[in-house]
Amino acid sequence: MQLNTEPNLPNPDAFYEALIEMHQDLSVADSQMVNAKLILLLGNQIGDMDVLREAMALARKGITPAANPAANPVASAGSEGRTI
Amino acid sequence: METDYQNLVFEYRRAPDQDAAAVRHPVVVVGAGPVGLATAIDLAQHGVPVVLLDDDCSLSSGSRAICFAKRTLEIFERLGCDTRMTDKGVSWNVGKVFLQDELIYTFNLLAESGHAKPAFINLQQYYVEGYLAERAAQLPNLQLRWKNRVVGLQQQDDHVAVTIDTPDGEYTLQARYVVAADGSRSAVRKLMGLDTQGRVFKDRFLIADVKMKAEFPTERWFWFDPPFHPNQSVLLHRQPDNVWRIDFQLGWDADPVLEKQPERVLPRVRALLGEDAEFELEWVSVYTFACQRMAKFRHGRVLFAGDSAHGVSPFGARGANSGVQDADNLAWKLRWVLQGLAPDALLDTYAHEREFAADENILNSSRSTDFITPKSEISRIFRDAALRLAKDCQFARRIVNSGRLSIPTVLSDSPLNTPDSDHFDGAMVPGAPCTDASIRHCASAGWLLPHLGGAFTVLVYADGTRPITAELLGELRELSSGTTPCRALLVLGAGASVSDDLSGISVLEDHAAMVALRYDLQAGSCYLIRPDQHVAARWRDFSIDRVRQALARAIARPPGQLPGPPASHAPHTELETQPAFSTAQTVHTKGAESCN
Repeated sequence: MQLNTEPNLPNPDAFYEALIEMHQDLSVADSQMVNAKLILLLGNQIGDMDVLREAMALARKGITPAANPAANPVASAGSEGRTI
Repeated sequence: METDYQNLVFEYRRAPDQDAAAVRHPVVVVGAGPVGLATAIDLAQHGVPVVLLDDDCSLSSGSRAICFAKRTLEIFERLGCDTRMTDKGVSWNVGKVFLQDELIYTFNLLAESGHAKPAFINLQQYYVEGYLAERAAQLPNLQLRWKNRVVGLQQQDDHVAVTIDTPDGEYTLQARYVVAADGSRSAVRKLMGLDTQGRVFKDRFLIADVKMKAEFPTERWFWFDPPFHPNQSVLLHRQPDNVWRIDFQLGWDADPVLEKQPERVLPRVRALLGEDAEFELEWVSVYTFACQRMAKFRHGRVLFAGDSAHGVSPFGARGANSGVQDADNLAWKLRWVLQGLAPDALLDTYAHEREFAADENILNSSRSTDFITPKSEISRIFRDAALRLAKDCQFARRIVNSGRLSIPTVLSDSPLNTPDSDHFDGAMVPGAPCTDASIRHCASAGWLLPHLGGAFTVLVYADGTRPITAELLGELRELSSGTTPCRALLVLGAGASVSDDLSGISVLEDHAAMVALRYDLQAGSCYLIRPDQHVAARWRDFSIDRVRQALARAIARPPGQLPGPPASHAPHTELETQPAFSTAQTVHTKGAESCN
């Protein structure tokens, strides 16, 4: 396990407050967009696919899909698509 | 007056086979599209007689596959028809991606110089097929039979019995091997009761080819959510003859019949070009697609190639281009087996390598499609987030996916590769397709790739730091005159001098040090390159024994058996195949012969 789940934030309360403030006065749709951009930015900052996969798995852990799962299987994680 | 390839009708001609009892041929290729034609030409010009069957009598209806990649052009060069393609085609390297009405990034598919071919040409499929068909007609041992529909197929121990329907009724012939290049609705596949598996994408797209004088540059333009076609994507490509391909995403609910009507199409085109634009519709099509493949590309003596074996979305131009790579992979293996130079197991590696390639293409194509057509609300949110970030952040531009354009697969897990035992840097790993470089040959400027391929090539690099010994030259000559066709190629870097007799060895000057850089060459470095220009093995030092072992491995010979025609695989004289080094060979090696 490479994902650091031990305390790493010098000031967790300030982080949490900033996170909530980021969404101040936004609609649910706008908040979702902001969250998505934040995840992409942080993913690039981390830059380590193993760490990111571990974080994704941990984030999803314990959550079962609703009765109507998206029918499309996700393309299997194989070799990386070569970016051009 | 240029031939009107769109309306060309080929004549059905009665073949002598129709008046004889089941004549046997080495290879029957089914389907005269780009893949079938490429396979047949490659075989025929290397001395393997081919019968090429097509159920129709015309070329591609509509422009269809318009983007032909660098690798495909390199293969067409070996087939002797690249010049016509590049002369007629529209060359391009640059793509632009727009979000709404804003340019978010530009990419260049061939940022470095020193390649003979452009990243892509755009050319209507009927031109590609027309030029290939004309090349095929020059080959006396290639019989192209129009209006010959395969209606029956029976595998026997040593041949396949193929029943063919024609305007004159049915006839049967025998083939040692059948190549099924008969497209996504492959009749051969159906006759054999085989299927394909994969994902069908619930989206519809409209192709409008319009003829007009336009000022757009020769680039690939892709819009997400443009003001003229909100919430969907649009792709614009230039073709020859002032034809422009516009590809509109329509969504799954669009009516495929209604959307083809001019009264529906014209307003969409005008929305993009402006109300006053003068244009005419050349071709209109509404399509859906699936990313899928057959579980196995080889079934006994029948080998599937191109769309019959695998399908992808159009984004990335991976359909026809990967099909031509199939042809390139298959043709030399069939030839080696038919000429008794390699065991039948070599054909298993065709399936292995090209199934691997199909998986890579399907993976890339599925990812592009999932980006262009998000399958869920959250998927769309992330897509839009990436697009919005891309305006300001470089990293997000690399996430934006409007199609990952076709590049040839590195056959990294092929059993034909000899794994590296020495350290090399760079992209030319075993299994990689050889990259081009500028060279000098016989005191004139040229390119590396025409000197590779057709046969196996052993390439040795020399520069001023180490003398070229008579022993090395002797062993290279021994390889080139061995029983398994293997050309010897000496690449000379700065300071290298040769005074000895070089007969039987080709010499290239690496005048710009480009070959050394791209192949990470040092004095003595050696590459073994396959007939399809993929790297089979490489070493820091030349050793004739290691080259022979790698050569044996690259033709699927069991370990311990060195190349050479064993008794059990003696050439089948009844097939009238010519020896491996026939006069036809010079088609490929012209310009590659020694000038010393």
